[in-house]
Amino acid sequence: MTEATVINEVTTDTGLSREVLLNLGPQHPSTHGVLRLLLQMDGEIIERVEPHIGLLHRGTEKLFESFTYTQIFPLTDRLDYLCPPSNNLGYALAVEGLLGIKAPERAQYIRVIMAELSRISGHLLITGALPMDVGAMTSLLYTMRDREMVMDLMEMISGVRMHTSFCRVGGVREDLPEGAEARILEFCDIFTARISDYETLLENNRIFLARVENIGNITGEDAIALGLSGPNLRASGVDWDIRRDEPYEIYGQVEFDVITRQDGDCYDRWKCRVDEMRESLRIIRQCIGQMPKGDILIDDPKIAFPVDKDLLAHSMETHIHHFLLSANGFKVPAGEFYSATEAPKGELGYYLISDGSEKPFRLKVRAPSFVNLQALTERTTNIKYLADVIAMLGSLDPVMGEVDK
Amino acid sequence: MVADDMPLAAVLQPFDQRVSLDHSAADMPCLVVPPADLVALCTQLRDDPALRFDFLSDICGVDIFPQTPRFMLVYHLFSVPHKWRLRVKCCLGDPATAPTVIPVWTTANWHEREAYDMYGIHFDGHPDLRRIYMWDGFDGFPMRRDFPLRGYRDDYNPMGVERPPEEGAG
Repeated sequence: MTEATVINEVTTDTGLSREVLLNLGPQHPSTHGVLRLLLQMDGEIIERVEPHIGLLHRGTEKLFESFTYTQIFPLTDRLDYLCPPSNNLGYALAVEGLLGIKAPERAQYIRVIMAELSRISGHLLITGALPMDVGAMTSLLYTMRDREMVMDLMEMISGVRMHTSFCRVGGVREDLPEGAEARILEFCDIFTARISDYETLLENNRIFLARVENIGNITGEDAIALGLSGPNLRASGVDWDIRRDEPYEIYGQVEFDVITRQDGDCYDRWKCRVDEMRESLRIIRQCIGQMPKGDILIDDPKIAFPVDKDLLAHSMETHIHHFLLSANGFKVPAGEFYSATEAPKGELGYYLISDGSEKPFRLKVRAPSFVNLQALTERTTNIKYLADVIAMLGSLDPVMGEVDK
Repeated sequence: MVADDMPLAAVLQPFDQRVSLDHSAADMPCLVVPPADLVALCTQLRDDPALRFDFLSDICGVDIFPQTPRFMLVYHLFSVPHKWRLRVKCCLGDPATAPTVIPVWTTANWHEREAYDMYGIHFDGHPDLRRIYMWDGFDGFPMRRDFPLRGYRDDYNPMGVERPPEEGAG
């Protein structure tokens, strides 16, 4: 927050009133990345919010068109960089949809476990960051401490903390390492108590509540018109979760509740996410209990590398397939497919158009944060003061990697 | 995901063959509509009590250069009450112009700005049609298929591709 430009001076009965333009960001802790907000203000009252995005634009969709289908996985990691496994999953489903294949059941379970762990990691950030934005510094230290447990699990499973690239078309890269199930369950036990800690810390905290309750209310109708999805929409009372309503992978075989709240204010959006973490833990526990033994990658040498690496040393045919797959990638039949998944931020859509070659003709990402952020510009969202903009922005939980693509 | 019992035929009737229904895609049915009928069709899809496509998921611009008509807009709709999905396609020539659907779905605003920024598709009636990702002075539309991956050479991009001479110049 550096400069203010006076654009209009009006003398009223009460004295001199100044309309100013205020620049918030692009480098500001509460903008969660490189987001610039241009605020038109009358004193402390917000008249117009104009987000300027694109500072992190990397041309991801243009790059997709020159990458093979396997090479695209690392690019999807960098969209919502807090939850890469969810991005991988959505993309894999789009390609698998066009190929007409399904990952083996064990792979689906592993994918869901990873996606739910990453949902916890994504939600943990806002659980701590929204209170920090509005002045409660302590909470972020606790949530970041606990997020480290998720990072450790990611590292144990995939070898990397953040950009896991763990999915493959037709399955996952590797099976869970020995002892991973026990470690994940141990995490679930520890973390259940931790969620209650956050609630104790924040739910009755008058300072926190004063800044988020009845701020930025959005009605369900407005939220749908604005295209909000995920927890942002459910906080406004709209009961829609893609995991339940259009189940993909093994979500149809696990039990969980869809969390909705009624007021649609900043507090509800925050609380929705805190409660969703509990549901994620439920899903993870069920997955670990139900997960069958078996393959983790589809058995099709033209699409997936052989799981049994010894074959490469003995079978000439496997060797040739491996070479062609590495050098050229695989072809996807011409057609189009839209895969919608419930990412932590909302509906993550991948719209894939293939012309039958090894690279997508067009791959469009429907990034939930991009759409959610737009709500900030609307007058229907009940934000009045400068301080409310910060709370509103924090509660919408945009990730700039996904907004800017 | 595919809903076979979606009552789409009734919606198509007033458009008198101008809107066609395509069931070839595996994921959801698709309507193909000319730009002139786009807003009327979208309003109908949103308001028809049997359909209620009240949620616009996404607007995707597509460039099929060098084929014609060159551009295409793909709208992905969702019906929150019925949990149905529907795709609406609208083919555009070059230069491309389409009517805005902001009056139907507020969320279309930024999606249309993105399609304008990346493909140069103009939206008639859009209140604020500016670039959204690229900076204001940027020349060209980067997602077009004839735009080089490395971009055109200029002061900021010395490794870019030499810009071809303007047609008809000189």
